[in-house]
Amino acid sequence: MSENRGKVVSINGNLVSVEFSGNVSMNEICYVKVDNTSLKSEVIRIRGNIAQIQVYEMTGGIKCGDVVEFTGDMLSAQLGPGLLGQIYDGLQNPLPVLAEKAGWFLERGNYADGLSGEKKWEFTPVAKVGDTLRAGDYIGTVPEYAFTHKIFLPFYLNGKYTLKSIAQKGEYTVKDTVAVITDERGRDIPLTMSFNWPVKRAIKCYSERLAPVETMETKIRLIDSIFPVAKGGTYCIPGPFGAGKTVLQHTTSKYADVDIVIIAACGERAGEVVETLTEFPKLTDPKTGRSLMERTIIICNTSSMPVASREASIYTSVTLAEYYRQMGLHVLLLADSTSRWAQALREMSGRLEEIPGEEAFPAYLESYIASFYERAGYVRLSDGSKGSITIGGTVSPAGGNFEEPVTQATLKVVGAFHGLSRERSDARKYPAIDPLISWSKYKGVIDRKKTEYYKNIIHYGSEIASMMKVIGEEGITLEDFIAYLKSEMLDAVYLQQNSFDPIDANCGTLRQRYVTDKLIHVLGSRYDLDSKDDARAFFNRMRQKFIDWNYTEFQSEAFVKAEAEIDKLYEERGGRLEKAAERLLKDGE
Amino acid sequence: MNKIYNKIESIIGNVITVKASGVRYNELAQINTRFGKSLAQVNKIDGDTVSLQVFAGCQGVSTGDEVRFLGHEMRVSFSENLLGRIFNGSGEPIDKGPALNENMKPIGGPSVNPTKRILANRMLRTNIPMIDMFNTLVVSQKLPIFSISGEPYNQLLARIAVQAEADVIVLGGMGLKYDDFLYFKDELSRGGALSKTVMFIHTASDPTVECMMIPDMALAVAEQFALLNKDVLVLLTDMTNFADALKEIAIIQEQVPSNRGYPGDLYSQLAARYEKAVDFADSGSVTVLAVTTMPGDDVTHPVPDNTGYITEGQYYLKGGRIEPFGSLSRLKQNVNSKTRKDHRALMDGMIRLYAAYKETLEKKNMGFSISRWDEKLLKYGELFEKKLMDLSVNLSLEESLDLGWKILSECFTKEETGIRSDITDEFWPKN
Repeated sequence: MSENRGKVVSINGNLVSVEFSGNVSMNEICYVKVDNTSLKSEVIRIRGNIAQIQVYEMTGGIKCGDVVEFTGDMLSAQLGPGLLGQIYDGLQNPLPVLAEKAGWFLERGNYADGLSGEKKWEFTPVAKVGDTLRAGDYIGTVPEYAFTHKIFLPFYLNGKYTLKSIAQKGEYTVKDTVAVITDERGRDIPLTMSFNWPVKRAIKCYSERLAPVETMETKIRLIDSIFPVAKGGTYCIPGPFGAGKTVLQHTTSKYADVDIVIIAACGERAGEVVETLTEFPKLTDPKTGRSLMERTIIICNTSSMPVASREASIYTSVTLAEYYRQMGLHVLLLADSTSRWAQALREMSGRLEEIPGEEAFPAYLESYIASFYERAGYVRLSDGSKGSITIGGTVSPAGGNFEEPVTQATLKVVGAFHGLSRERSDARKYPAIDPLISWSKYKGVIDRKKTEYYKNIIHYGSEIASMMKVIGEEGITLEDFIAYLKSEMLDAVYLQQNSFDPIDANCGTLRQRYVTDKLIHVLGSRYDLDSKDDARAFFNRMRQKFIDWNYTEFQSEAFVKAEAEIDKLYEERGGRLEKAAERLLKDGE
Repeated sequence: MNKIYNKIESIIGNVITVKASGVRYNELAQINTRFGKSLAQVNKIDGDTVSLQVFAGCQGVSTGDEVRFLGHEMRVSFSENLLGRIFNGSGEPIDKGPALNENMKPIGGPSVNPTKRILANRMLRTNIPMIDMFNTLVVSQKLPIFSISGEPYNQLLARIAVQAEADVIVLGGMGLKYDDFLYFKDELSRGGALSKTVMFIHTASDPTVECMMIPDMALAVAEQFALLNKDVLVLLTDMTNFADALKEIAIIQEQVPSNRGYPGDLYSQLAARYEKAVDFADSGSVTVLAVTTMPGDDVTHPVPDNTGYITEGQYYLKGGRIEPFGSLSRLKQNVNSKTRKDHRALMDGMIRLYAAYKETLEKKNMGFSISRWDEKLLKYGELFEKKLMDLSVNLSLEESLDLGWKILSECFTKEETGIRSDITDEFWPKN
């Protein structure tokens, strides 16, 4: 422990200037002593013998001359078994533990360890005495719910180490020494099952980064089929308030085909976190059959918690994601919302009196956003296994206008864009992802040509719709009107999905492929329709049949029956498959 | 021992600076000016230069005036004696009653640990059909009333205060016109709700700094009542004035503005207040209803925009009615399945038909021909607007549901409503 101290010389909001004498490093953690509490803070600027620090708590009561203790460490996350199922604040304090200590409120200066020091874990050694080890190699495992949690040689160790001794199979706490390693100069280093890692640095203990090519299923048709996300990829969901960003994230966190989900509730409503906390323990993870909470970590810094730790919460969550990726697991990080994080940066930048960029956001906004999303990726680890981090961030643009800096900076670095629109959400078309503006660079679960076919129907339909606004229904041909009805039907039965219905919300890949083939068959056919009213009535009936079909369990009896209904209606109206659709369906097989 | 300083270094807007040592951040001070005493709060300390915002404003403050630091932050007295009383933004009584100094509690305290909250699941009845039936207010919800100036939002708020099923009402008025203040006072005493109400009032002629204190005072008191197992309803009007006060102080203190002159932390400032809405596990609750006037009916203006991202929906007051389309209560799903079996189905059905009515109305105004179905819709729309949407309608939820069925049966057949037949069979009015 360094005995480095300083004293407060000025206070402006949560920015405090400290005069110091020894050495202080950038992003070092320090504590401001006020009355009987110590307030955690981070150094964010150093000038001469003045360090400017952001305090992670309310600063009321601090006065000039108050003592500041520097720790010599950067803001770190504690990594080890016991992270899953936890609810942390932005600084990795477990909220239930804080509630036990302080009651109703989050009293300032009240901190707790991220991992319980008492819980015992069943450790199984893997490495043998005499083995040569490097950072990121693992020496043993413990079971953590459904996962095999690897105990690593801490990532911060440089060079080669030899294993001198290792504990026998048995129960240990995260504080017990389980191994001793010797470095190249012969010094012994004891290891426990946990270690700290500075959250603002990416963990890079892998052999190589691979291209994200495998689709991450979200079970949302509009995403998986049309605007897919890849494991190890990045995507963003900008949208005005009330467009359903959070519901979309919530659905994804339930059904996404990944091992671990980390939810970073950054500057959003506390009520939403409470909803997750109430609901998740009761739901089952279809992959493991265990409680959904056991694959989830919640990092929650709600909007009324101090702003500086809102910034930290984003880094804490991505660090935990990287840690589990190192075990060869697929992790999904959902950040809601990155705009609040950007606003936290803006508040700090304003206090530091930096020259503002667009809308007063700091000039480094883009590079910060880019480096955050760059921590996603699909990697091959040193033992040959593969792991990934997928990052999905919501953006809350002011006034719902996507031209603003945070949305634009995000769009430059992500691989998929799911833009939510007010028009769709007002029309109760959920998910409100606007197919006309969204895009994705990843490969989806259905054939790319079929995706293109869908998109063509949607674009053509929207052209006709805007034409109809000007010249009315009577001004367009029957053929165009049918094309318009087809695009409306595609929207209603495939793009829209009921996230509150357990069957419809959980539409797997096989089902999406199956339904797509049927749908292309129906949309790619001509019918005996002699008037617009006739056409409208027919497509309304067809739509209803598809919607009913969506609510039946895949391959169940009801499913087969509902499908037969569709076929019957198709035959009745003399459906004849067109050449283009026929080719497409043949190609896909 | 509190030191007294009598050399004010600078006076800019409502902010003064003095040279002082040992002063704490956010501490209060008292200034004696020739016009009387005023409180001031430390909002910046740079070495021995201390900046204070003066609650009563700086008009007439002299460089030689006396500044005495009080050694504590802004506090508010809390006890049952608050009920029925009226205070200003400095916490002084303005109803000629005695000042209260017992059991002082800090304002703007820490936020509630999310693990100590419970999921909102109780309906808060207001007897206003457009709220109870179509966008149910839920205990611990935070909802703004978006409105343009000139709409009867204060009348709506007063009615909710009188009729709502709450143990305690806390009213925070910011930039209130004096006659509006009198209106609130009269309405509440006429409705017999004054004895369960605490008011914190800043009128338009009062100093700006006091305006900024109102929500914190009101919410601190509400929180204390909630911890005593009371269901508290906080009514704030108008949050746009609060945001404008923040803007004024930020600009005086030379902060870099972010959007239309508002400070970069507008979102955090608003959220810190709204997030005080809570349903405590094993204790009471705080529900917040806040008027937000939208300059120029523009929902993308920074104040309503930031508010919309924080709150759980909004009521949209337009043309003297709560609009069913712009309005949304995000928490209504949590409660409206448990009220009455037909609640959800009737709510959805009636809104769908009202939307169809709006389209027909447009068609009629454009001069297109009207079908028989259109005529039915026109009749329905008029009845709906007159009997349910009008703000003066005062009905319990059950009465409104029955009335809803009656209106439907006067205009349509069962099949035409598009409501599930098991529900229509049960609730469709006989004869």
